[in-house]
Amino acid sequence: MLEKNVRFVEDTFKEYYFNHFELIHVPPRTSEREFGYQKFNAGMTRHLGIKNDKELHLLLMTQIPSDVYCSNAYYSFPNLPMSEKDWKEADLIFDIDAKDLKLDCRKEHTCLKCSTCQNVTTQQSSCSKCGSDKFETLSLTCQNCIIESKKEVEKLVEILTEDLGIKKEEIQIYFSGNEGFHVHVTNTEYQNLDSRERADLADYIMFNGIIPETLGMSKQNSSKLSLPDKEEKGWRGKVAKEIFGPKSKRPKIIQEILAGGYSFFQARLEGMRQTIGVRIDPKVTMDVHRIFRLGGSINSKSGLSKVLCKDLEGFDPFSDACLLDDEKAEILANCPLSFTLKNQKYGPYLNETISIPKYAAVYMICKGIADVP
Amino acid sequence: MLQLGTKDLAKYPFLAETGVYLRDKGFNLEQLGHPDWKPIVEKAYGRIVVAATGQIYGSDIEKLEDLDSEILSFVTAIILLKSAGISTLIRRFSLAEARRAEKYLEQDLRSKDERKLDFPVKIIQDLFSVKVTIQGDDFVIKVADYLRRAVHFHEREWKLINRRVEKGFVFLTSHETVRLIRRELDAYINSKIHSTTTLSIPETFKERVADLVALAKKFSDTVTISTEYPPCIKHAIEVLERGENLPHSGRFMLATYLLAKGQTIDQIAPLFKNAPDYNERVTRYQIEHIAGTFGSRTKYSCPSCDKLKSENLCFEIPECSGIINPVQFGKKRVTNA
Repeated sequence: MLEKNVRFVEDTFKEYYFNHFELIHVPPRTSEREFGYQKFNAGMTRHLGIKNDKELHLLLMTQIPSDVYCSNAYYSFPNLPMSEKDWKEADLIFDIDAKDLKLDCRKEHTCLKCSTCQNVTTQQSSCSKCGSDKFETLSLTCQNCIIESKKEVEKLVEILTEDLGIKKEEIQIYFSGNEGFHVHVTNTEYQNLDSRERADLADYIMFNGIIPETLGMSKQNSSKLSLPDKEEKGWRGKVAKEIFGPKSKRPKIIQEILAGGYSFFQARLEGMRQTIGVRIDPKVTMDVHRIFRLGGSINSKSGLSKVLCKDLEGFDPFSDACLLDDEKAEILANCPLSFTLKNQKYGPYLNETISIPKYAAVYMICKGIADVP
Repeated sequence: MLQLGTKDLAKYPFLAETGVYLRDKGFNLEQLGHPDWKPIVEKAYGRIVVAATGQIYGSDIEKLEDLDSEILSFVTAIILLKSAGISTLIRRFSLAEARRAEKYLEQDLRSKDERKLDFPVKIIQDLFSVKVTIQGDDFVIKVADYLRRAVHFHEREWKLINRRVEKGFVFLTSHETVRLIRRELDAYINSKIHSTTTLSIPETFKERVADLVALAKKFSDTVTISTEYPPCIKHAIEVLERGENLPHSGRFMLATYLLAKGQTIDQIAPLFKNAPDYNERVTRYQIEHIAGTFGSRTKYSCPSCDKLKSENLCFEIPECSGIINPVQFGKKRVTNA
C-alpha cells in the first residue's frame, strides 16, 4: 500500500479503536492465548501474550495494526516459540468465505487490477493501458454473497447442534470483516481434538469421503440397495431428502441408481458435496495453532469490522460492520463497479476525485481501487 | 476393581487382577521352573510362535477345562519374551493377544446376560476411559472419543461421515466398538510386558528363550523401492509445469516429499519456476525453512494421505493401497516368514 494511503487508513483505524474500546475485548482465558498483529506493508508479529483489555487497547493505540489476531488454542506459555508453548486445547473454528462458494454473482462484482500499471478494469485478458497479462483480482462483496454465506452458516450450525451435540450457547457467529463468516465453538468436548481428528470432523461437515456402503449399497453386490429414509437423522436423512426430493418417487429413483451401479452412485454422492456439504475452509478448522482474527477488530481487506452476529438473519454487514467515521474525505477513485455501504450506493468512479465518508474511502483504499490524492 | 472369575482372567490375563489371583493361588516363578510345569512353558512358547506368525492364539474358553494353564501360559510367555528381549516378538505377541481379547470382548458385549455385558463395558471404560452405553443393538460412544481412535484407521468406512452420528454420539456394532480400542489394548498389553521385571529365569525356560531368539531372525524385513512418484506428487509437478497455481498446501507437500526422498534444495527450487508468483529468493527461503536448515529448525514431514485427501490434493490409484503417507509409495515390504 502506498505510504500516503497507509497514513490515512491508520489515522482512521486509530480513531475507530480510540472511540470503540467497548467493542474490542480480549477473549476469555486471556493469559493462555497467543496474540499477533500485522501492520500495513509489514510482516506478522506473533507469539505475544496480552493480559487484559487495557494492554490490548494500549497495543492498538501504539502500534495501530492493520489486523489483530488471537489464537483459538490455549497454551501454558503463549509467548514462547511454538515448540515451547505447551499446547493444552483449542476452540473449534470455522471459516466460511464467499469466494469459496463459486457463485455466479462474483463475475459481476470482481475487477482486475494490472500488477504492472495499477490500471483497474472489469474484464480483460491483457491490460488495455500497458499490455501486461498479470492481474490482481479485487472483489467488492455483494448482498448475494452474504446471503449465500449465511446459508452455509445455517447448515453448519445445524450439523454442530443436531449431529455433534453442541449447545447453541457455545456457538458464536461473527462476520469475518470481509467476505464471509467465522464460527467459534467454545467449551465443548471437542477442545482436545488434534489436527488430524479435526480434519475428519471437517470432512464430516463438508460431506467429504462418503462411500455408497453408508447409504446401503455394497461394491460386491451393487444390485441390492437399501437407501435411508428422509426422516433419519444425520447425513443419511439429508442424503435421502436430496435424492428423493419433495415428491417421493422412490421406486423410480432406486431403479435409476441400481441401473447406474456402484461408481455411478459414488459419483452422484460426490456431486452432492456442492449442495448439501457445508463449504468451510478445512485448513482453518484443522489448524490448532492458528491465530485467528480477533472479534471487534478491523479487517484491513475492507475496513469493515469482525463483529458478532446476534441475529444472523437480519444481519447486514454493509451497515452493521461498517463502523468507521462518517466524516467526509477526499480520494482519487478508480472503481469501475458500484457498491453499497450504510444503505448508500457509491460508484462507479472513473479516475475521479471525490469527497465521500471516511468508511467508504477506507473501503475503497483497502480494496485497492482508490488512493489518497 | 472388577469382580472377576477365573474364566474372565483366562480371557483377559493382562488385567491387574491376574497378579492378585496368582498370589492367592500361591503360584510363583520358582514353582514354574519345576519340570512338572514343562507343559506350561511349552504352551507359552506355542502361544508366542502362533502370535509371531500373525495368527491369533485360540483357546475356546467355553470348552476349556484347565483355566489355570491359560492364565499361567500367558504369564510365562511374558517371562520368555522379556528374557529373549526382542521387541519384534513382543510387538507381535501383544497385538495377537489384543486381538484374542478383542474376540472375547465382542462375545461378551453381544451377550444378553446383563452381568456379562457390564463386564466388557467396564473394561473399556476403566482401561481406556471410553464410556459405552447400549441402545438396543447399538453401542454408543461420544463423537470425540470416536474420532481420537478412528483417525488411526485408513479404511474409508471409519471416517466419521460413514457413521451414524446423532447429538454428539456415534452408533457402533459390538465388533466395531472393540475394533476401535485394539490399538490401545495392544499398547496396554505391550506396556504390561515392558513393565514386567525378570531378574533370573528358571533353567527349564532357557532353551525356549534361545529358540525365540532364533525365531526372531526369520522376521527381518526386506524393502524394495520403486523410483516412481505417487500420483499426488505427479499431479503437483504437472500443475507447476503447466504454469498453473498450486496452492500453498500443494507446494508444501511437494517440497516435503522431495526432501524426504533425499533431494537437495538446489534440485527442488527450480521445480517452482513456472509458478505464477515465482520468486527464486522466496522459494529457496521457504524450502530451507521446511528442510529445517534455518529458522525454527523444525524439519517438516510430508503430510499424510488423509490430510492430503482433506485438502483435495490426493489422486489415489490402486497402487496407493495400504500406504498412509506419499513417501511410502512404491515401497514393498517382503517378510521372510
